[in-house]
Amino acid sequence: MTVSLDCEQVAKRLSQELPGSVVTVEKPAIVIRTERLREVAEFLRGNPDFEFNYLANLTAVDYLDYFEVVYHLVSLTHNYSLVLKVRCYDRVKPTVPSVVDIWRAADFQEREVYDLMGIVFDGHPNLKRLLLWEGFVGHPLRKDYL
Amino acid sequence: MTLKTEPFILNVGPQHPSTHGVFRMRVTLDGEVVVDLEPVIGYLHRGIEKLAESRTYTQIIPLTDRLDYLASMTNNFGYVLAVEKLGGIKVPERAEYLRIIMAELMRISSHLMAVGFFLNDLGAMMTPVLYMWREREKIMDLFEMVCGQRLTYNYMRVGGVSQDIPDEFLPALKRFIDEMPRFIDEYEQLLSQNEILLVRTKGVGVLPRETAINIGASGPVLRASGVKWDIRKADPYSIYDRFDFEVPVGSTGDCYDRYWVRIQEMRQSVRIVAQAVKQLPAGEICVKVKQPLRLPAGEVYGHVEAPKGELGFYLVSDGSIAPYRLHIRPPTLINLTALRDMVIGWKIADLIVIFGSIDVCLGEIDR
Repeated sequence: MTVSLDCEQVAKRLSQELPGSVVTVEKPAIVIRTERLREVAEFLRGNPDFEFNYLANLTAVDYLDYFEVVYHLVSLTHNYSLVLKVRCYDRVKPTVPSVVDIWRAADFQEREVYDLMGIVFDGHPNLKRLLLWEGFVGHPLRKDYL
Repeated sequence: MTLKTEPFILNVGPQHPSTHGVFRMRVTLDGEVVVDLEPVIGYLHRGIEKLAESRTYTQIIPLTDRLDYLASMTNNFGYVLAVEKLGGIKVPERAEYLRIIMAELMRISSHLMAVGFFLNDLGAMMTPVLYMWREREKIMDLFEMVCGQRLTYNYMRVGGVSQDIPDEFLPALKRFIDEMPRFIDEYEQLLSQNEILLVRTKGVGVLPRETAINIGASGPVLRASGVKWDIRKADPYSIYDRFDFEVPVGSTGDCYDRYWVRIQEMRQSVRIVAQAVKQLPAGEICVKVKQPLRLPAGEVYGHVEAPKGELGFYLVSDGSIAPYRLHIRPPTLINLTALRDMVIGWKIADLIVIFGSIDVCLGEIDR
C-alpha cells in the first residue's frame, strides 16, 4: 500500500534543510515558495529518506485569485507518495520554474498546462502548445475563459 | 566526387494506418535512419476536462468512455473510484466483484488489440489481428450482455454498477475463462519464438530502467524495463488485495519485452477473473446516492492500473454539483515522452515497430 507521507512532518524536515522554502501546509499538500521549487524537488528526489524518483502527475488549477500547480510525487523505492503545490498570483504572465531536468515526466505535462492554463514554465526546453494549434488565442481551462 | 546530402523531414500521419489514430510524427531522416522525432498531437482534442466542469458527477461517466476507447470500462472504474474516494461512498460487495471482472476482461481485450496491431506494424498484415479479434469478440459479446454496448459501456456508477448481470452471462464467462488460456498458448506458439518477430523486436527500441522511471512511464512499458510496479499491487484499490496474481516483469525494456509482458498479463487477468467469478457474492449492485451528487469541498487524486498504464483522476470539488476541476492523467501521453529516445538511430521501419510497442490510444492522449 502506498504510504501517503504526513505533510506536517515532511514540511518540518524541509524547513530544517531548506529554511524558508515552505509557505504552508494544506492537507493533503505542502505549498512551496515558487522560486524555491527546484531546490525542494532536487532535495526530495535525491535524499535517500524520500527518493521521490517518479512524478506521477502534474497539473494546474485556476482559483481566480491565484493559479496552483500541483505535483503528485511517488517514490518507487519506498512506496511513498507526496503532493506539492506552488502558487502564482500574476494573471498576466504567471511563471513557475520548470522541473523537466529533474523529472522528464514533466515535459509534455508542463506543455499541456502552458497550453490550456497559460502558465509559463521557466527553463522548459521546448515550451509550446501541446494540444491546441499554434496561433490559438487564449487558454481554455482558465475560469475566465468563456 | 562527394554527393551533397541533407536531412530529410518526413511527416508520418496524422492519417496513417500505423499511427493507431490521428497522431503525427515529424521525423528527421538521414537516409533511412531517424535522427530526430517530434510527436505532434491534438487532432482529437475535445476538451473533456473543460466539458467536465459544466456537468454533474454522473454525467461525466460517459465522457470517460471516450478517453481510451479501447478500455472504456477501466476509465469508468478509475473515475468512479476517485469520486467515491472523495465522497467516502462505500460500494456493495457484488458491485466490487463485477467491477473487477469487467476491468480485467477489458485489460485482456485491450492487450489483444495491442499485440494484434503490434504484429500488423511488424508487417504481418491482418492475420494475427484477426486471431486476436476472434477472442476480443467474445469479450465484446459479454459486455453487450451486461450493458448493451460494445465500445462505450457507461456501465459503472458512483456507488456501484448500472445493472446486474443477466442469467446467460456467467455460463458464457466461464466458457471464456476455460478457453482463453489455450488461445494464449496458441498465440505464444505462433509468435513468441517466431524468428521474424525475434529479429525485428529483440534489442530494438530499448528503454533503460532509469529513463523509464524518470520519464514517468507506467503500465507494460515501465514493467518491460524491469520495474516491478503495478498499482494493483503497489497501492491496491477496490478489492485487488483479495486476488492471487503475479506481475510479469521484463528484463531489457526492448519491444519484445513489451510484447511479452502484455501476453503474460493476459494470463494473470484470466486468473483474476476466474477467482472473482468463484467468490462472486449475491446482493445489491449499487448504493443509493442522492442525485445530483454533491461532494464535500476538497481534492483527491485517484489512480488505477489501466491496460496502458497509470490512469489518474485529479478531482477538485467546491461542494457544488459539478467538479471545480477534473484533470485526467493519461498514461500513454506520458509514455510517449520516451518515444524520441527510443527511436533515434533506428530505421524508419523500426520506428513503426517501436511506436506500436508503446500501445497508444489517441482518445486519451488528446482528451
